[in-house]
Amino acid sequence: MTILNLIDKYSQFAEPADKIAATPTNSRRETFGKIGSFAKDAVLLGLPIGAMFLTPTKAAAQTGTSVLEVLNFALILEYLEAAFYETGLSSGGLLSGDTRMVVEQIGKHETAHVAFLTSTINSLGGTPVAKPTFDFTAGGTFADVFSNPVTFLALAQAFEDTGVRAYKGQAGNLVSNDDVLQAALQIHSVEARHASEVRRLRGSKGWITQSANTTAPAADAVYAGENNTTHLGVDAKTVVSVDVNALTEAYDEPLTMPEVLAIASLFIV
Amino acid sequence: MQILKKAVPQKQFQIDFADRRRFLKYSGAVLATGALLVSGCKDDDTSSDGSVKLGSGDVGILNYAYALEQLEAAFYAQVLLGSYYIGGSAEEKQILADIEKHERAHAEFFKAAIATVATPIGALEVDFSMIDFSDRTSVLSTAKTFEDLGVAAYNGAGRLLVNTDYLLVAGKIVSVEARHAAAIRSILDSDPKSFAGDDVIDANGLDRAMTPAQVLAAANPFIVTKIDASDLPG
Repeated sequence: MTILNLIDKYSQFAEPADKIAATPTNSRRETFGKIGSFAKDAVLLGLPIGAMFLTPTKAAAQTGTSVLEVLNFALILEYLEAAFYETGLSSGGLLSGDTRMVVEQIGKHETAHVAFLTSTINSLGGTPVAKPTFDFTAGGTFADVFSNPVTFLALAQAFEDTGVRAYKGQAGNLVSNDDVLQAALQIHSVEARHASEVRRLRGSKGWITQSANTTAPAADAVYAGENNTTHLGVDAKTVVSVDVNALTEAYDEPLTMPEVLAIASLFIV
Repeated sequence: MQILKKAVPQKQFQIDFADRRRFLKYSGAVLATGALLVSGCKDDDTSSDGSVKLGSGDVGILNYAYALEQLEAAFYAQVLLGSYYIGGSAEEKQILADIEKHERAHAEFFKAAIATVATPIGALEVDFSMIDFSDRTSVLSTAKTFEDLGVAAYNGAGRLLVNTDYLLVAGKIVSVEARHAAAIRSILDSDPKSFAGDDVIDANGLDRAMTPAQVLAAANPFIVTKIDASDLPG
């Protein structure tokens, strides 16, 4: 299992090959929010176009994802987060004082998550995905990520809030294994604790109001859909006594695997 | 009116979320006089002895979550009436006011959502007599306990749910509880790492997960109503 396998399986292949091939190579510098197509991201990753059509299984994404696939998907995100904090902590002058201690604690957890997921995948007879190579500047969009704490913490917030949404979106695919489901939930809430703390370090509320993106303007996709108020078919606006801003804060929303990979892939070379 | 006979009546009150405006009005009187607010039971699953039965299956788990959200909502509603909050810093007031709304939104939603498929439990009678709502440490320490407990409760309850739509809703809520827990810990504790401290996150980087029995035992000192969880899955 590699990230290519995941991308192959969960890409929606919405665009014809010639259109994909025509995508300008400088698209990588586009914002998260402007990246509308996952297939386009495959190009941004430099993937061979042919590889995308080995298994055009749009139906697969709709008929269930295996526990091992979810775990490998999670492992990619944890690799990304762990590498991000490791690099940040080893970048002289970037982090100091309480902020550094917060990042140390978060980084410790992400590294532990990598080890835990790797071990779990092995114990289930799977093959852990290889660690990707990351470019946290996203092709230059965040050129000062490891020299400017403002940029570093903005990306940290984006990664943590994405992580929360990613795990939430996969819970339903883990019900066949209660132990894995519970462990994933136990990671999910840690990511939410991280997100809250980083947000507050940056002067944001620990929770997400509407779909407000309080990181870099490029990260709108991280918050898209967070303003949903309908749960279990009930529009909560009609049954709660709080204002709608508070209502949207009270419920975090999931992202699908392709949506998450589209975000993560901006940082994978 | 049985609770009038209890020995420790101060700050005991009962919440009816269907009539929150009245609650707020009357609970001001609670603080002023030490008297009690007792609202009658309505069309809920409350027995004649005042106990509630959570029920079985997914509905039982939803009622369990509803019970916890009631507890949290009642706590923060009381916090907002206390002198610590009223004289608190702008940052802490914002955090507590937001959390009060979030927990109220959770409880009110559960009541409505459960009602579409079954009968939700009634309003729980809570006992916060051990909390000093004029004292910052007392309030925030209790908030920390409740938020960490809520996180562990949802983390442990996920495996007990069959319907993945319910699982998703639980997921939508638990991460907000975790955001609360981190914020409360951050303003209460001097250790900058407390937001996800080693006291709650293990060596694998996993948050706590608790069974309903463990959670209800931990919540029991704050809940007067007898909760029958005997039919919960697990």
